Amino acid sequence: MNIWLFLISCVLTNNFIFSKFLGCCPFLGVSSKVETAASMGIAVTFVMTLASLFAYMVNAWILVPLHLEYMQTIAFILVIASLVQFVEMFLKKSMPAIYSALGIYLPLITTNCAVLGVATLNVTNQYNMLYSVLNGTFSALGFLLAIVLMAGVRERLESSKIPACMKGFPISLVSAGLMAIAFMGFSGLV
Amino acid sequence: MAILYAGLVLGGIGLVFGLILTFASKAFHVDVDERVQQVRACCAGANCGACGYAGCDGFAEAVVKGEAPVNGCKPAGAEGAKKIAAIMGVDAGASEERQVARVRCQGIKGVAKERYTYDGYRSCAVAAGIAGGPKDCRFACIGLGDCMDHCAFGAITMQDGVAHIDEEKCTACGACVEACPRSVIELLPVSQSVIVRCRNSDVARAARAVCMKACIGCGRCKKECQYDAIVVENGYARILPDKCVRCGSCAAVCPCNCITIE
Repeated sequence: MNIWLFLISCVLTNNFIFSKFLGCCPFLGVSSKVETAASMGIAVTFVMTLASLFAYMVNAWILVPLHLEYMQTIAFILVIASLVQFVEMFLKKSMPAIYSALGIYLPLITTNCAVLGVATLNVTNQYNMLYSVLNGTFSALGFLLAIVLMAGVRERLESSKIPACMKGFPISLVSAGLMAIAFMGFSGLV
Repeated sequence: MAILYAGLVLGGIGLVFGLILTFASKAFHVDVDERVQQVRACCAGANCGACGYAGCDGFAEAVVKGEAPVNGCKPAGAEGAKKIAAIMGVDAGASEERQVARVRCQGIKGVAKERYTYDGYRSCAVAAGIAGGPKDCRFACIGLGDCMDHCAFGAITMQDGVAHIDEEKCTACGACVEACPRSVIELLPVSQSVIVRCRNSDVARAARAVCMKACIGCGRCKKECQYDAIVVENGYARILPDKCVRCGSCAAVCPCNCITIE
């Protein structure tokens, strides 16, 4: 497949939130303000890129040679959890500014299914190392796009007149559904 | 056998990651002044921003650095200041009397005339900008609860279209004073129990026309007061907390029931 088409499909067509329904927890939990949503998206991008790389290495160099492919899920969870811990410590020491901006979101990402999802999908689709990392980065950029768009919508919802029974999460879920339908329009693109 | 094998491999991977993290926690160790946590624990913890810093964490850090005064946390009060001073090893300094926010309006429904029925976005700031607000009095509490939304301590409730402040819960952080588009709320010493509940500066007839409990600036309270504690300025009476002895004689003579005793 053409690499450009691959990247576009990662961001738009196979958008993690709107077509795979992965990472819905932060998508609804951290999308009340555009700035925090963008921080969360950037943190996810950072972690998903690294997680794709390390999960690929663990899978290709340890699990496959030893015929332990059935342990993938648990091994990937281990990799992601350790990685996030490491990144958190590294940022705290070397880049305090980024740490204080991402600080509270990093631990949240440990349990984010999008990160585990990308690692598993890389294996199922039999991507090589380059494609795994690209898939991680660009799927996360799709997540960033989705969460920022959602935050924009929710900021508007704050000041609009909504029936009492629909206020808060109900109207957010309806908006998310409409956005997912809109994103389905991209399916003819690739 | 296969289970043992898988367990060993996974355990091995886990051990390697664990070791890396152990070394990383040593290599990337950041010294945090433990006094920051202690000071943080003494704050009220509402992130109200009355200290001028971005939340309680920001204030605690500033105190430890010596940038913020130990009695900077208003909600924590004199007691909190003492605790923080003890952590920092300095004197708390003379603390002022506790203040409390007071609403200077009694324009509830039926007392203040309504100009129109407001049915828009629930915000005083928005309503105030539409044809001069939903009440005829341009000094009145609009009653849509901007102050209530900004109160981190749940001390404000809306009663018949006027803000009501729970003296016990109020910490005098001043968030409501900032939030009110009409400056209806003022911080006063808690012992100041005699309060002029109006600040309408229109002439007597105009003030009376829009509200039954408007201060018309007649000056009867000023004449009655034996302690020179009342001044009539800009068309309404004001009590000077320093001179007032809380006798309440002014409240008794006010023809408009503007002065209340808590």
